[in-house]
Amino acid sequence: MSVLAWIGEFLVLFGTIFYFLSTLGLIRMPDVYNRMQTATKSATLGSLGVIVGTGLWAVGKGLSIAWLTKAIVIGVFLLLTNPISAHALIRGAYKSGIPLWEGSVVDKYREHLEKKASEKKEVEEGEE
Amino acid sequence: MMGINIYLALIAIATLLSMYRVFRGPTTVDRLVAVDIMTTITVGLMVLFSLYYKRAIFLDVALVYAILSFAGVIAFARYLEGGL
Repeated sequence: MSVLAWIGEFLVLFGTIFYFLSTLGLIRMPDVYNRMQTATKSATLGSLGVIVGTGLWAVGKGLSIAWLTKAIVIGVFLLLTNPISAHALIRGAYKSGIPLWEGSVVDKYREHLEKKASEKKEVEEGEE
Repeated sequence: MMGINIYLALIAIATLLSMYRVFRGPTTVDRLVAVDIMTTITVGLMVLFSLYYKRAIFLDVALVYAILSFAGVIAFARYLEGGL
């Protein structure tokens, strides 16, 4: 086994451990927002480890270079689209009215919405 | 080192744990979050299978699956906002 295969295998191990920890957070956390927070970040990091590690491992085992290039393309695609889908999903959850956990202390999005609404009201009163 | 079977087993345990949240989750968004994580894990599993069976075609399958799951989650999020 070459050095490249060793590095690839270590990255795959790292990524699978992060997969396991992210799904453990999916079970342990109290509400939707905390679950999404803990699951999406670590699953994205774990995917990068597994995918790039598999590419390096395949090249180190003597397979063709196509493994590494295709794996990097998949990794970049996941790195771009996973946060977007998480953001859209949690925004939909907030707008469909799911309450925060009772231990949560900060709600920046509600403050932002209230500030926007009061500014709009001031503009309308100024016009009258 | 340990060999590819250990990694496949760890990914299987992670999928089972998120499957618990799919069946148990109190709200719809809980189930959607768990399914989103499961599709992310499945992309990594397909890439590992391409090394296990030494077939490069599985990498193309993984890329197409990633694109389709992204489109599906975006569609569900639009539906939850009430825009679809």
